Amino acid sequence: MLIINLIGLGLIALIVWWFWLYKPQSTQVSDEHNISEITVVIEDGIYQPANISLLENKTLNIKFIRKDESPCAATVLFPDLEISADLPLNKEFSVQLPAMKKGEYAFHCQMKMYNGSVVVK
Amino acid sequence: MLMEKIMKVNECELILEISGMGCKSCVSKIEKAFNALSIVEKSCVDFELKKLTLIGNIEKQQAISLIEELGYHAQTFNRANTEISIAEKSTTSLKKSSNCCCSSASKADEIIIAKISEPEGQKLAQASPLNQKNEQQKSKTTELIIEGATCASCVGKIETALSEINGVNSAEMNFALRTVSISGDVESYVLIKAIETIGYKARSASDISDDELLDEKEVADKKYYTSLMRQMWVALGLGVPLMIYSLFGGPMTVETSLERGVWLFIGILCVAIMYFAGKHFYIGAWKSFANHTANMDTLIALGTGTAWIYSMIVVFFPLALPEMARHVYFEATAMIIGLINLGLALEVKARGRISEAIKRLIGLQAKTARVVRDQQEIDIAIDQVLLNDIVRVRPGEKIPVDGVVIQGHTSIDESMLTGEPMPVEKVENDEIVAGTLNKSGSILFKATKVGKDTALAQIINMVKRAQNSKPPIGRLADIISAYFVPVVMIISIVSALVWLNFGPSPALAYAVVSATTVLIIACPCALGLATPMSVMVGVGKAAEAGVLIRNGEALQTASKITAMILDKTGTITEGAPTVTDIIIADKSYTKKYILMVAASIESGSEHPLAQAIVDSAIEQKIVPETISDFQAIAGHGVEAQFNDHKLLFGNQKLMLKNGVVLFDFVAKAQKLANEAKTPMYLAIDNKLAAIIAVSDPIKKDSVEAIKRLQANGIRVVMLTGDNRATANAVAKKVGITEVFAEVLPEEKSNKVAELQAQGEIVGMTGDGINDAPALALANVGFAIGTGTDVAIESADITLMRGSLHGLADAIAVSKATLRNIKQNLFGAFIYNVAGVPFAAGILYPFFGLLLSPVIAGAAMAFSSLTVVSNANRLRFFKPQEH
Repeated sequence: MLIINLIGLGLIALIVWWFWLYKPQSTQVSDEHNISEITVVIEDGIYQPANISLLENKTLNIKFIRKDESPCAATVLFPDLEISADLPLNKEFSVQLPAMKKGEYAFHCQMKMYNGSVVVK
Repeated sequence: MLMEKIMKVNECELILEISGMGCKSCVSKIEKAFNALSIVEKSCVDFELKKLTLIGNIEKQQAISLIEELGYHAQTFNRANTEISIAEKSTTSLKKSSNCCCSSASKADEIIIAKISEPEGQKLAQASPLNQKNEQQKSKTTELIIEGATCASCVGKIETALSEINGVNSAEMNFALRTVSISGDVESYVLIKAIETIGYKARSASDISDDELLDEKEVADKKYYTSLMRQMWVALGLGVPLMIYSLFGGPMTVETSLERGVWLFIGILCVAIMYFAGKHFYIGAWKSFANHTANMDTLIALGTGTAWIYSMIVVFFPLALPEMARHVYFEATAMIIGLINLGLALEVKARGRISEAIKRLIGLQAKTARVVRDQQEIDIAIDQVLLNDIVRVRPGEKIPVDGVVIQGHTSIDESMLTGEPMPVEKVENDEIVAGTLNKSGSILFKATKVGKDTALAQIINMVKRAQNSKPPIGRLADIISAYFVPVVMIISIVSALVWLNFGPSPALAYAVVSATTVLIIACPCALGLATPMSVMVGVGKAAEAGVLIRNGEALQTASKITAMILDKTGTITEGAPTVTDIIIADKSYTKKYILMVAASIESGSEHPLAQAIVDSAIEQKIVPETISDFQAIAGHGVEAQFNDHKLLFGNQKLMLKNGVVLFDFVAKAQKLANEAKTPMYLAIDNKLAAIIAVSDPIKKDSVEAIKRLQANGIRVVMLTGDNRATANAVAKKVGITEVFAEVLPEEKSNKVAELQAQGEIVGMTGDGINDAPALALANVGFAIGTGTDVAIESADITLMRGSLHGLADAIAVSKATLRNIKQNLFGAFIYNVAGVPFAAGILYPFFGLLLSPVIAGAAMAFSSLTVVSNANRLRFFKPQEH
């Protein structure tokens, strides 16, 4: 029983670390034509990439390609920037973000089941 | 010697060849000289081609003379020479740029000439290296619509700017259609930015319109619904028979070899179902896990996966488990997948109805417009309408874009936007708005706002943005959602450990059941959907009633308003006062003279009362005269000089301050004020000359709307700069008992703060520029849509019509929405707070009850459906009780 309990506690520790403590690396956006842009694919319940990093005071063009049929994936919200967009299925849709100050700007679906962030450095 | 030849690209375009220009400063000298002429709309000089393009009604000879006067020589454009010159340049310096507005020596000019002088020119264009490259490279083509291109030479500028972008193979503009086709692997926003840099506007011709987006969404949702229903039938096809078998006492255990074989077969069938009907859960769960996130898929995949793995362990290694724990749960796996797919399918259907209001708004947009181009009326798609296009609208047609009537008169039904049922008469110079309906006459109007700039497009945008914003009440649910799934996973493990350590026999089976049930019953979706679904319906309902809510916070705060301040002029009253009385105090003046003097003083003012006096003078054909030393004294009136006479025009305070004796005219003014009129004293050389009274009629439904507000327990207060007696008289007429009168414009926000200090949650309603600070300070600022842009920008809620019923409607919708959100949140919280411990087996020690994973699956599937359906109830809410 002790081993089972230890396995259980280990699993709990793993959940805490994996979902809350681990800080995933963010994807740096490209900077062509002096406009920062990145493509984010929405498929199978996630944004890919979900974590984007960007330099301060740069506008960002995020090209969303929604391949996920779930109606939840159809809307993306940037609450801190008061920006939202309805994303068409299997089509590219650009969302322009204004130049941002240092900080983390979350984006997610209406239910917060699809989560991502733009980290401005 | 240069040959003289004229070439007109279109009726108002003249192209001349210039000689004698030594440097590029000559270019601006010539352009300036022509641009100063009223008959020239635009002039462009191409320095390298020595070409001047003029748009307007200027005659050739006039233009040549002016150029001669400037010290240059001009003749009409020599096409043959230019073609040769361009052909040479096209092989050498196609990418050479110029700062000139008609860029030269570029591929752009080559194309213009090619179009004009085909077939030779066309051949030249085809022979260029750029086109050869074009043929070799197959790349995507982007189509942009250009605004602001007024002459054919602008084509060159635009094409050059585009051609200079890395990755662009070619750019060709169709001047007639104002479209440019760009070949190359470059994103449209890069192209648009390049065009905007040189002073034009551009938008993508392939931009998805709201209408198309909505249609596509409906098709996609329908497809998704069908696919979910198919998956549901597949899963329930196995789950239901197994469930019935179990309910009728069929053994779900593995005891004999035959049972092992049968359950193994069912287990494999179950894998097939997990693949065909539940694949999306498992892939989603895995991808989320790899991405360090967890969602509903994670819980379903873990729950159904645990049940299946445990069942397969029972099938393969029955002897390794205690006898009572040899129970299989394949029916749970299949049923859960089936039920959750059913729940999702029903949710997709229900969600479709949530956005009905926005669909209705989008549906107001016309698809085509009849524009006058080249003196012909042609039907074009709505997104091709350009600024300043002349548009024809016939009776029964929708207004396609915003504009100003230039010919004809009609009545327009604006009810779809404002909620105002009476059609509005429109004559020349009146503004009309896209989406409204032309009822009677045929009109021509000039497009002043097109595409995403029209009022309707902005309303749609605002409603969409507000629908996606969250009121503060939803923040707790958001915080919980962020931690929810991992917490449920932890509870599931803890529950299994508790059962294994302290549970009765078979503890392992109980542990598996409780862990699975906890994972399945928890529903983060219900929590996540609770607020946004209600906000979407609520904001949409408000828009239907002609109320635009800026965001979720305004929606929530509006439901809590305890005091409402109403500005008098333009809010309670029509804001269109008229002169009602002129009482002469000094018999040496006539009424006509008094009105002339008053109109002369007020002709520079934009205040509605001043406007009333000027309008009254104009009506009586009295021409205001020039005054001097005009000085406005805030809260008092004005002081000025007229033909060596000192004029004072304003209230009693102004007269007393200047020592003007008022005699018994104070009582007369008081009498006028008691009749809800505004009396103003006019003194000439510090001697009272007359009293002029102005009255602003009260809006016909103000009394009823104020009663609605008061019936909701809201303290209604009137605010005005007008004198106390008039203010009290108006207040009495509309049933308001509290009045802030004689308030200076800058003091309006102080009055808001005053009520806030008394603990009130204050709504402020106004329409003027001077209301803006008060609107911004109030807990909720309401702007009357017929008011100034500044007021609308400062407000949280805009009433699209002038009626105060909009206020009561906005508050009613906001209260109903908040009530709905609370119901949803309560349901979602209670469901999870009660469901998860129940699933973990908290009732087992007391009542011997342990929930089946199948029941948990059904409960979970329908919990989010319940939330969406409850939000849908709001669609039937009617805010207008008048």
